[in-house]
Amino acid sequence: MQYIPNILFLIIVVFGAGFFIKNCKKIIRNINLGQKIDPIDHKKTRWKNVLRIAFGQSKMVARPLSGFLHIIVYVGFIIINIEVLEIIIDGLFGTHRIFSGLGVFYDILIGSFEVLAFLVLLSVILFWIRRNFKRIKRFWSPEMEGWPKNDANIILYFEMILMSLFLLMNVTDYQLQLLGADHYNRAGSFPVSSYLLPIFENLSESSLIILERTAWWLHIIGIFIFLNYLYYSKHLHILLAFPNVYYGSVEAKGKFKNLESVTNEVKMMMDPNIDPFAVPSSEVEVPAKFGVSDVLDLNRTQLLNAYTCTECGRCTSNCPANQTGKKLSPRKIMMDTRDRLEEIGRNIDKNGEFKNDNNQLLDNYITREELWACTTCNACVESCPISINPLSIIMEMRQYLVMEQSAAPNELNISMTNIENNGAPWPYNQMDRLNWKKD
Amino acid sequence: MSEALKVPTMAEYLAQGKVPEVLFWVGCAGSFDDRAKKITKAFVKILNNCDINFAVLGTEESCSGDPAKRAGNEFLFQMQAMTNIQVLDGYNIKKIVTTCPHCFNTLKNEYPGLGGHYKVMHHTQFLKDLLNEGRLKVEGGKFKGKRITFHDPCYLGRANNEYEAPRDLLKKLEVELIEMRRCKTNGLCCGAGGAQMFKDAEAGDKEINIERTEEALETKPSIIATGCPFCNTMVTDGVKSKEKETDVKVLDIAEMIINAENLTS
Repeated sequence: MQYIPNILFLIIVVFGAGFFIKNCKKIIRNINLGQKIDPIDHKKTRWKNVLRIAFGQSKMVARPLSGFLHIIVYVGFIIINIEVLEIIIDGLFGTHRIFSGLGVFYDILIGSFEVLAFLVLLSVILFWIRRNFKRIKRFWSPEMEGWPKNDANIILYFEMILMSLFLLMNVTDYQLQLLGADHYNRAGSFPVSSYLLPIFENLSESSLIILERTAWWLHIIGIFIFLNYLYYSKHLHILLAFPNVYYGSVEAKGKFKNLESVTNEVKMMMDPNIDPFAVPSSEVEVPAKFGVSDVLDLNRTQLLNAYTCTECGRCTSNCPANQTGKKLSPRKIMMDTRDRLEEIGRNIDKNGEFKNDNNQLLDNYITREELWACTTCNACVESCPISINPLSIIMEMRQYLVMEQSAAPNELNISMTNIENNGAPWPYNQMDRLNWKKD
Repeated sequence: MSEALKVPTMAEYLAQGKVPEVLFWVGCAGSFDDRAKKITKAFVKILNNCDINFAVLGTEESCSGDPAKRAGNEFLFQMQAMTNIQVLDGYNIKKIVTTCPHCFNTLKNEYPGLGGHYKVMHHTQFLKDLLNEGRLKVEGGKFKGKRITFHDPCYLGRANNEYEAPRDLLKKLEVELIEMRRCKTNGLCCGAGGAQMFKDAEAGDKEINIERTEEALETKPSIIATGCPFCNTMVTDGVKSKEKETDVKVLDIAEMIINAENLTS
């Protein structure tokens, strides 16, 4: 009988981790539905970016207040996870504070966890106030209505509850230590929860043990629930930000990819020696289509981008089109991409393979009006703290509209015809190009 | 005045068996737009004053393809690019300078993948080099101490991380540089990029150039400086719509340098 808690704990760990791994596999499968990416180059720069942008949070501080609060929560998340390791070992082997043998080092550890837990709790409450009561425009865009807003709040509630449970667990433990209860050996330092001691002073040892055990169990169960909540929420960035930054572009932002399939055709058109009746060589793959109309036309980095986006809205709040009331919101481009990809994922789960559902990213999720409002200014790309690139998706969808559907706005068609006919977007004769000299 | 401008073409250089130091890529706006032509001439005047051996392609120049590419017409872009590369390589061109950040970006970043490898510079970078080499002298002249704000062109700034060259030149002009709230990496687009110059904006509650102009005017400048013919047009239109055109001038840095020396452009 005495092993029941250990067995129960093992079951929770196995199911918690197992379910999470299952969903991770689903994410990987869905991302791999995208087009292959070019071989990874500039590995050194990429690792530097991971260190600087992802680990170092260098772009978060572009907005000092939210950046600072985020760094507290981030550091707390990383450091407090050391405690989770102890909790798991304790749970599996029925020990109590297994690391307490570390002595002074343990005191420092627990002390710093406490301080961080308190700071995280404070930051998360400030985040919650900012999000719900300060009318910060990026949190009130149309795409944030409904689930995205609830999702954000649920994450904050999770963190508040987890940190409170952690502190409750510590204060009751500390009180039991002071009472000299069995198994509660004097260990750790409690710079925060010692202030809470007076609340628990008059409780009996048995009530304290019930409280301590309840907080301990709820805390670790809560962590496993939160871990599994990630997949369903925008909070995946805590894991995916790192690979996402690694795979992010390392080139000048102004450099847009040249479509190779187009290059081959243009080269053929311009080669005077080519035999137009020759049998096409089998090496030249004719692409199914130019540009992007659905998420499966996007590449894997772009799909990873979509899963990584945590909907902070810095891109949208810096977008010149969005700021002047146009429908375009770079954040919505990422959210739509993820929503459509998950729809396809569910379709595959249900049918074993993708069955046409007469749905697509273009028009059914992202409208043409949004796509044509973009000035390609790169403000969204610059402002993303974790190297997401909404602009590349916008550009490739424009390519589909123009090259597959000839559906550019009429004025653009006119200027493109001008470029074709007279080498300038305006109807001036190329022979007049040097006339400015004589004016 | 214009007779004084020396604008040799590559064809003329070739005929004399000579190679210029640099090709000046004028661009469509610089060739045809009345406002932008003044920037072209100002830059040429500087080149003439500094005795730079440069040439233009003249009637052999064609659109770089930038608006076609940003509009999504990759075919047209690559046709333009490869045709231009044939012309540039035909003249064995190694170094290009341009007054248009869009041409600059496309030639610099997107031509290499299609076989066109050149050292491409924006005119503010080129002028800064001339300054450093002592070939160009810039003095404050009539801009000394004036309140001036600089609008970062997206395709020079964010797209290519060049924020300092234009500011260094402004410093040489001894102006009082007042930055806008959104500047450098956070600079707000003028509204012309991504082929927007050639179409009406989507429905919204404001034009982007008005938003940007209002921000520029908040700095109470006597001049809004730019480094892009399209930004220049957009901000000039914005200033006009605010009926401020008598108080606030929109000038390219090349024009400022020429004006500072009191040479009429």
